[in-house]
Amino acid sequence: MLRDITLGQYYPAKSVIHQLDPRVKLVTTMIFIISLFVAKGAAGYVIATVFLAAVIRMSKVPFRFMTKGLKAIMMLLLVTVAFNLFLIDGDVVLWRFGFLRITDKGVRTAIFMAVRLIYLILGSSVMTLTTTPNDLTDGLEKLLGPLKVLRVPVHEISMIMSIALRFIPILLEETDKIMKAQIARGADFESGNLIQKAKAMVPLLVPLFISAFRRANDLAMAMEARCYRGGEGRTKMKPLHYESRDRMAYAVVWGYLAVMIVAGRLLAGYFPFS
Amino acid sequence: MIKAEKVTFDYERLDEEGNVESTKRAVDGVSLEVRSGEFIAILGHNGSGKSTLAKHINAILTPTEGTLWVDGMDTKDPDRLWDIRQDAGMVFQNPDNQIIGTVVEEDVGFGPENLGVPTEEIWKRVEESLSAVGMLKYRRHSPNKLSGGQKQRVAIAGVMAMRPRCIVLDEPTAMLDPHGRKSVIDTARKLNRGEHMTIILITHYMEEVIQADRIFVMDDGRVVMEGTPKEIFSQVERLKELRLDVPQATLVAYELQKRGIPLPDGILQKEELVEELCRLKSKM
Amino acid sequence: MSLKVKNVNYVYSEGTAYEMTALKDVNLEIPDGQFVGLIGHTGSGKSTLVQHLNGLIRATSGKIYYNGKDIYGESFSMKELRSKVGLVFQYPEHQLFETDVLTDVCFGPKNLGFTKEEAEKKAKEALRMVGMGEEYDASSPFELSGGQKRRVAIAGVLAMEPEVLILDEPTAGLDPRGRDEILDQISLLQKERGITVVLVSHSMEDVARYVERIIVMNHGEVRFDGAPREVFRHYRELEEIGLAAPQTTYLMQELKERGADVDTEATTVEEAADAIAAWLRKTC
Repeated sequence: MLRDITLGQYYPAKSVIHQLDPRVKLVTTMIFIISLFVAKGAAGYVIATVFLAAVIRMSKVPFRFMTKGLKAIMMLLLVTVAFNLFLIDGDVVLWRFGFLRITDKGVRTAIFMAVRLIYLILGSSVMTLTTTPNDLTDGLEKLLGPLKVLRVPVHEISMIMSIALRFIPILLEETDKIMKAQIARGADFESGNLIQKAKAMVPLLVPLFISAFRRANDLAMAMEARCYRGGEGRTKMKPLHYESRDRMAYAVVWGYLAVMIVAGRLLAGYFPFS
Repeated sequence: MIKAEKVTFDYERLDEEGNVESTKRAVDGVSLEVRSGEFIAILGHNGSGKSTLAKHINAILTPTEGTLWVDGMDTKDPDRLWDIRQDAGMVFQNPDNQIIGTVVEEDVGFGPENLGVPTEEIWKRVEESLSAVGMLKYRRHSPNKLSGGQKQRVAIAGVMAMRPRCIVLDEPTAMLDPHGRKSVIDTARKLNRGEHMTIILITHYMEEVIQADRIFVMDDGRVVMEGTPKEIFSQVERLKELRLDVPQATLVAYELQKRGIPLPDGILQKEELVEELCRLKSKM
Repeated sequence: MSLKVKNVNYVYSEGTAYEMTALKDVNLEIPDGQFVGLIGHTGSGKSTLVQHLNGLIRATSGKIYYNGKDIYGESFSMKELRSKVGLVFQYPEHQLFETDVLTDVCFGPKNLGFTKEEAEKKAKEALRMVGMGEEYDASSPFELSGGQKRRVAIAGVLAMEPEVLILDEPTAGLDPRGRDEILDQISLLQKERGITVVLVSHSMEDVARYVERIIVMNHGEVRFDGAPREVFRHYRELEEIGLAAPQTTYLMQELKERGADVDTEATTVEEAADAIAAWLRKTC
């Protein structure tokens, strides 16, 4: 059902990862992504794998939910692998066909790129699966708070995000309804070439935009009626507080990054393939 | 509590250069007074000016001419704007377009957050308001999964949490089914009786106004009738002229009067009608 | 010439956690030219059922026949079915999209392959049928009143010249005047054109005045099916499923309980007044 989108990918469970402050999870995800790019050779990837596996295990989210995100980037993944595989010059040529050739270096880079991309997706999936979009928005607002000094409208951005979260399912449902209504009037959204298809969207998009504007107007009035006047002077019903587990998580994460940078380099020599 | 003196409001239509092209008078010289703790109904057709008037009470609109006071505060006074909005809360017609939070309790907390209420106090108010409208057990639900009537009750709770003295409900039931309609009106009535909340209900459903203390009927921007439900509904002819609904028991009584049966005016409920009829029969 | 629904079941999101049976073994036959009211509260399956009738939703199991032909048969054209069984959705004014009224109404006939001239002729005819005069043809649909917008939207379906017209809550959100105007117009259309009309509603009172047959749905099943007075005889059961018979039914029942010898089958105000007057005069 369309209305369930509000929860995004959130997978409800009671785990340490679920209970962490959203800011910790956001920062961890960022650090993990950085670590993938500073990783040197196979050693680095082994450490990253151990870290990721441990986090996934602790999150109590079944692994098959993590891989759902991978389907979306399948094409990107294949293209990246193909580019690296066929176009990178190396010392040993393994296979050749016209200007295409596969080299040892190409194979290695392709594998690392694929792993990097897959881990990136898995890592962010852990975050979205264990945090509600609401918490994410709150966390982001708080994290970006210092940017207010630079006149970045942090509060407004986060307000926009949470309103979008509330209205996307409603607008999706509305799309479905208008589409059905136009089909009942003989509209055809499926056949025809690209231009005809684009033209067929007009009877869907115009009413949808009008409805979105009407809703925005209503909502703005309702917010004003409830004394909304921007972020200043506002209190929070659910303020974010760091607990001891959050501080511990931070320590672990920074430790992980340090290990990645230092140990990755030290151990590099002991592993083949780097 | 609320006092309007010759309130007039013109909608302006601007041309492309931003000059006033034409004006349309939506409210035309309305004077009325609402006392604290009253349950007031404003009845009228779409376009009769009742919603425009309602938006004045919350200072979303200010009069073109005339003055409106909420608890002694002039709605034109910019310094009192937020006090007025806190004091006279407003619930709108479309249940989907006034809920801001993605979780019920967070939505109810939105008003107090804007007012700068301390966190602990917000939680207390959210709980109280949700239980006042009978929605406490849905506090962690997504508003998208509630029925129309439930959403409107959440919206009422959202206003309650701001601790207003008066709630204006602007056609809160127009988009609901009979069941949802009843639950919203029952809630409004409960708040009026139990919490002494002043209620101003704007509607075009007559069955919702029968139990109001006083009714104002609006047409073409003016208040054309004013009185208790009994006084208003005795004038069946006038209501039919305005093409407003009349309770069915009142209509049957009216039809019987036309057939020469001596019934009194102003019968609203079927029980009253049955009593009157049995009395008549026993006299025959 | 008829619509026939045989053993239709419909299950939402089959095989997922959100699985929900929306229709349970529905059997119906709607003969040509009938004026039918389909009543049920929100979630009773009535809207799902009417979307089956023009093929927008495909039944999980069961058959639907239009003029004796299986609509799920291989040679059957859904596009043709949609032009013969016109469906007007709830709040149909939300689908208007053209810059002027006439072009918007032309959308349907143009989709059916008619030329611009033919489409315009049909559109004009349809607009007059719903009481929209020529003066509105060139105006923007977005500048009309709520009731007018809705008529234009209904004309948009009528212009396809359907043999069956289904309207899902055509009066939702309208004031009493708008409601009466739309229902009177539909009733007139049904009489003059002889088309079959299915009126989906949750209001017994609105429907009782117009239709010759009422189908009551509850939890995806057909509970009652018959002439209004037959259906209202079950007023106690109707109440149990959250629907109410018209107030007059209760009035007559109450009188009877008090020992009055009245005809309890009166459903409209006039019938009730006649019945009561007859009873009062009986001994005189």
